[in-house]
Amino acid sequence: MGTKVEEKASKKASTQVLKKAFVTAFPFTIPIFAGFWFLGMTYGIYMNVSGFSFWYPMVMSLTIFAGSVEFVAVNLLLGAFNPLQALAMTLMINARHLFYGISMLDRFRGTGLKKIYLIFGMCDETFSINYTAKIPEDVDRGWFMFFVTLLNHFYWVFGATLGGIFGSLITFSTEGLDFVMTAMFVVIFLEQWLKEERHTSSLLGIGISLLCLIAFGADNFIIPSMIAMLGVLTLLRGGERQKS
Amino acid sequence: MTLTQEIITIAMVVLGTAITRFLPFLAFPAGKPTPKYVQYLGKALPPAIFGMLVVYSLRNVTIFSGSHGIPELLAVLLVIALHMWKRQMLLSIAGGTVFYMALVQFVF
Repeated sequence: MGTKVEEKASKKASTQVLKKAFVTAFPFTIPIFAGFWFLGMTYGIYMNVSGFSFWYPMVMSLTIFAGSVEFVAVNLLLGAFNPLQALAMTLMINARHLFYGISMLDRFRGTGLKKIYLIFGMCDETFSINYTAKIPEDVDRGWFMFFVTLLNHFYWVFGATLGGIFGSLITFSTEGLDFVMTAMFVVIFLEQWLKEERHTSSLLGIGISLLCLIAFGADNFIIPSMIAMLGVLTLLRGGERQKS
Repeated sequence: MTLTQEIITIAMVVLGTAITRFLPFLAFPAGKPTPKYVQYLGKALPPAIFGMLVVYSLRNVTIFSGSHGIPELLAVLLVIALHMWKRQMLLSIAGGTVFYMALVQFVF
């Protein structure tokens, strides 16, 4: 009897933990909802007009869950069969995720099995939210990050599938809605800026990426930017160590 | 492409994406102490990454043709102003986006 009551009580407690984490996480994902159903839908429509059934954007948005590379994957599917090229291109386009992982090594610690999904679903937007959000003390961190990831994942699959089903039937009066992602990254950058004492790294991020964008163009600037940022931050660390 | 070839191609994209996300966690498992240098990077990199993401999300803006990046510049300034004023994430994002949509649909 006693154990049954205890079981019930602990079950109730854990549902409350989940509920609280979900309710706390949801508002953080609202801008992403706006951005993802739109971008996801654009992607689904793109697949639809490229001649693929809605199963493709649905399965691909579910299993890949990385915006830009999914658009590229459409072209890969339309071209000649070349799996190694597909792998190499994906590694190049998504190399920035390596930095997200390095930044999250500590924060994902102690999240149990959820960690696998947290890592799997770490797209630009999810990483930005999970890294910067001030999670209240009484909210379970692991579940908070889990729900942020899950909701974003859901929005993306939802948009991509809808786009895949309705395809070209949709006419847009939503031009410019994709700016919602830019606005979110600006806010996240600004929050970080207001929080930090020294702006070296923030300024480096903007400066180096801009220089590389000018030098290498929109499609090729991420990897040079990453290498340059890594180099400069490493040099700065060396300088600081010598001083101290 | 046959269906099998399509599945292999998609699987390669899934694999590549997963590699870029899981590699740091496999290289520096939670059980072992993370090297000091990597710990330093984990703290020093994020501000730079957020800067890079801002540039990344604006990478296709054309300065020398079209609307010359003016709507983007104005909307980004509005996002910053709104955020400095109220510091409400949703308000800043929604305000900037609605303003941008109005600019590209009716002005430019």
